[in-house]
Amino acid sequence: MARKTPEVPATSLADIAFMLLIFFLVTTTMDVDSGLERRLPQWIDPEELENDDRINERNVFVVLVNRNNDLLVEGEYANIDDLRERAKEFMANPYNEENLPEKEPKQVPYFGEVMVTKGVISLRNDMDTKYGTYIAVQNELVAAINELREELSKEQFGKSYEDLDKEQQEAVREIYPSKISEAEPKKVGGN
Amino acid sequence: MSKFRKKGGKDLPPISTASLPDIVFMLLFFFMVSTTMREVTYKVQIRLPEATELSKLEKKSLVSYIYVGEPLQQYQKTFGLASRIQLNDQFANVADIQDYVIAEREARSEEERPHMITSLKVDENTKMGIVTDIKQELRKSAALHINYSSRQRVER
Repeated sequence: MARKTPEVPATSLADIAFMLLIFFLVTTTMDVDSGLERRLPQWIDPEELENDDRINERNVFVVLVNRNNDLLVEGEYANIDDLRERAKEFMANPYNEENLPEKEPKQVPYFGEVMVTKGVISLRNDMDTKYGTYIAVQNELVAAINELREELSKEQFGKSYEDLDKEQQEAVREIYPSKISEAEPKKVGGN
Repeated sequence: MSKFRKKGGKDLPPISTASLPDIVFMLLFFFMVSTTMREVTYKVQIRLPEATELSKLEKKSLVSYIYVGEPLQQYQKTFGLASRIQLNDQFANVADIQDYVIAEREARSEEERPHMITSLKVDENTKMGIVTDIKQELRKSAALHINYSSRQRVER
């Protein structure tokens, strides 16, 4: 008579599972990748670049970052903490001031005819600017536009921008477009 | 004789460990599902900058990565201290980026290509010169949708 095969011990199963678990814990990353999302402009041949039509000076919000990571906003030294407010004021121009950008009437769904700003934010940096500073500046500029959109959608729809449906978001985006232009890298002067 | 007789003196029976593997397996499956494998081995040191206006990279399959930073200590003898670009598992030059983008594009199916995103993982102490060069190369190869990878800043 054949002997019964003894049962396979299951006590070590836990150890095996633990080993697998530890392997996965070590090799994986939990955090979701996130970052500032931007769109680059189309590539233009440098030869064709010369005849760019000039934008009126009051419509451009110039932000310069130098090699020592200092900020020059609209021709004067500025602190990064003030940048968001300045950019918001520039893009919104609530009192239609002379030195802030012009507006043009535009038909936007949900809003009817509204005055949309012609303002453009121009960001230029030095070769030796620190990437961290550059991202901080970008972040403030994006934050300014996001805050304006948020305020507008609260006012118009009574909801947060994120909770709006696609068409409503598009309408809000049309009023506050994300116009952050980065200057073509140029070689100016010696160093 | 009391009904609630004390069982004093008797030992507690040992806790059964038979369900331990099940518990561990549950944990294991949770981690397997919720995490992704590390894509590459870093050859450069990257400390991401901080930002608040973050958007998440939803579809990992559509993302290609470019790493920039100082080479790790064991590579510093050969590659020096200056910031370098890493594509896949090796160091690269600015001129290699166009080929890299094309290769990444070829690896995706036709309908996925317009939605591709390039994620720039750049150390915060890198100089902008190299980043600008990379951006120009990306523009040349029409990979316009980019994401500056950064950490969530904790507001004080």
